[in-house]
Amino acid sequence: MTNALTRLLETRDWLLADGATGTNLFNMGLMSGDAPELWNVDEPEKIKALYRIAVDAGSDLFLTNSFGGNASRLKLHNAEKRVRELNRIAAELGREVADASGRTVVVAGSVGPTGEIMQPVGSLSHESAVEMFHEQAEGLKEGGADVLWLETISAPEEFRAAAEGFALAGMPWCGTMSFDTAGRTMMGVTSADLVKLVEDLPNPPIGFGANCGVGASDLLRTVLGFSAQGTERPIISKGNAGIPKYEDGHIHYDGTPPLMAEYAVMARDAGATIIGGCCGTKGEHLVAMKEALETREKSDRPSLEKITEALGGFSSAQDGTEEGGDAPKRRRRRRG
Amino acid sequence: MSDEEEIILSELNDEELVDQMFDDLYDGLKEEIEEGVNILLERGWSPYRILTEALVGGMTIVGHDFRDGILFVPEVLLAANAMKGGMAILKPLLVETGAPRVGKMVIGTVKGDIHDIGKNLVGMMMEGAGFEVVDLGINNAVESYLDALESEQPDILGMSALLTTTMPYMKVVIDTLVEKGLRDDYIVLVGGAPLNEEFGKAIGADAYCRDAAVAVETAKEFMGRKHNALSA
Repeated sequence: MTNALTRLLETRDWLLADGATGTNLFNMGLMSGDAPELWNVDEPEKIKALYRIAVDAGSDLFLTNSFGGNASRLKLHNAEKRVRELNRIAAELGREVADASGRTVVVAGSVGPTGEIMQPVGSLSHESAVEMFHEQAEGLKEGGADVLWLETISAPEEFRAAAEGFALAGMPWCGTMSFDTAGRTMMGVTSADLVKLVEDLPNPPIGFGANCGVGASDLLRTVLGFSAQGTERPIISKGNAGIPKYEDGHIHYDGTPPLMAEYAVMARDAGATIIGGCCGTKGEHLVAMKEALETREKSDRPSLEKITEALGGFSSAQDGTEEGGDAPKRRRRRRG
Repeated sequence: MSDEEEIILSELNDEELVDQMFDDLYDGLKEEIEEGVNILLERGWSPYRILTEALVGGMTIVGHDFRDGILFVPEVLLAANAMKGGMAILKPLLVETGAPRVGKMVIGTVKGDIHDIGKNLVGMMMEGAGFEVVDLGINNAVESYLDALESEQPDILGMSALLTTTMPYMKVVIDTLVEKGLRDDYIVLVGGAPLNEEFGKAIGADAYCRDAAVAVETAKEFMGRKHNALSA
């Protein structure tokens, strides 16, 4: 079994992924409150225009407009019965744009979190989660996605459930978590934890990594954490274009194209192979990132100091991977 | 190491028991917390004293370690669940004894946004701090907030958003409150991953809260100011 992503990775040292979905759709007139996935049917031209932003900027892969396309999320728009349809069309539109590009562009079927907390802490069972991810995977597969792309996950249980759902659909996949809480995911997963989690899966992803989170600096520290584990698996780095700012009723991100270019080069130096942006990353950012990756030589792993100098400080002093383990320490526990 | 020994809660004196309850909350041990609450009630503690000294005291430690990146969401949810066990026993007794109210909050995720993990966490931590919380759930239009403010008469309105595409809706709600002359009747707190302090100010909220622990601290601070203003 081979797929377009694996084939590209065999011939290239780095791949440029895409940028933001929400930010770009918002700029196209998506109203706060609408489900972006409904646009696959209602505004297909705009979705194709979104995909073309990445393709025209030179991206090697882009994610489909299906991030919130699972039953749990679509239910909030009374569209839980349309999972299969909305995902299939998200991928079909992607296929159309990718195939018209005249080069190999990977259509990656985006799969976001269910938005629910899994058992035992929360109420979502493993079986229900697997079922939801499987249903979405089948839709994306049917529409012609090359690979599935799990993103913005914080719980290890959910990451595993998605992997299982993807296996049921027989699809190759990539998976990233969002490290936004003191260098860990909201659920406390460190970069080192994710490396282990990925390798322990019966159907490990083609590539794994980090997306979204806080700023570019934090994301690079997480990438350094992945590569420090000595993983052979391609690492994915999709960071936000800076920090969101609010002006005149609109949100814009403060990361400039030159800053994102610097981030892209440093992500490669830190060990990432698949490099892109997340929230706030527009076409002009991707163009600058591609140019930097093409024209600048790969160099040594950046130190934390160098990252701070180039891209700004970290949101927390530590990220849970420091020598000596879990510092700062938890308090005493009740029993042994 | 005496860790192996089974701790018998009823054999501890009051001070030791409260300390042990702090640890048990920290470890999310619901049954132990319920047992501790019942023992203190039997020993003649007032429900309000148990709430503030044992439960809120313990949850404050959990909140601090969450804020400092030592505990993460799963541990906090377990602690909040243990706290809830204790609260279920105390709640009717608190009403009966006419205990003072810490404060009341109406909280909900804004229209178009279906994320509720952060909001739920804030709700639980606020309850953990002794606040009464009315949860409006997700996807709340301005009317839904207004109705709840009128029917619940809370001190605090909390709004949450996880998406940059939905966070501007908070301003719609605040602008409507201003229009109707209601803005100053409530403390408005906002939170969510893509927000920051600057955004909170720009839309006219009283404060942006970075996480659930900060939300609790901020709520307490504003309630303190409100009480001072009333007594002045």
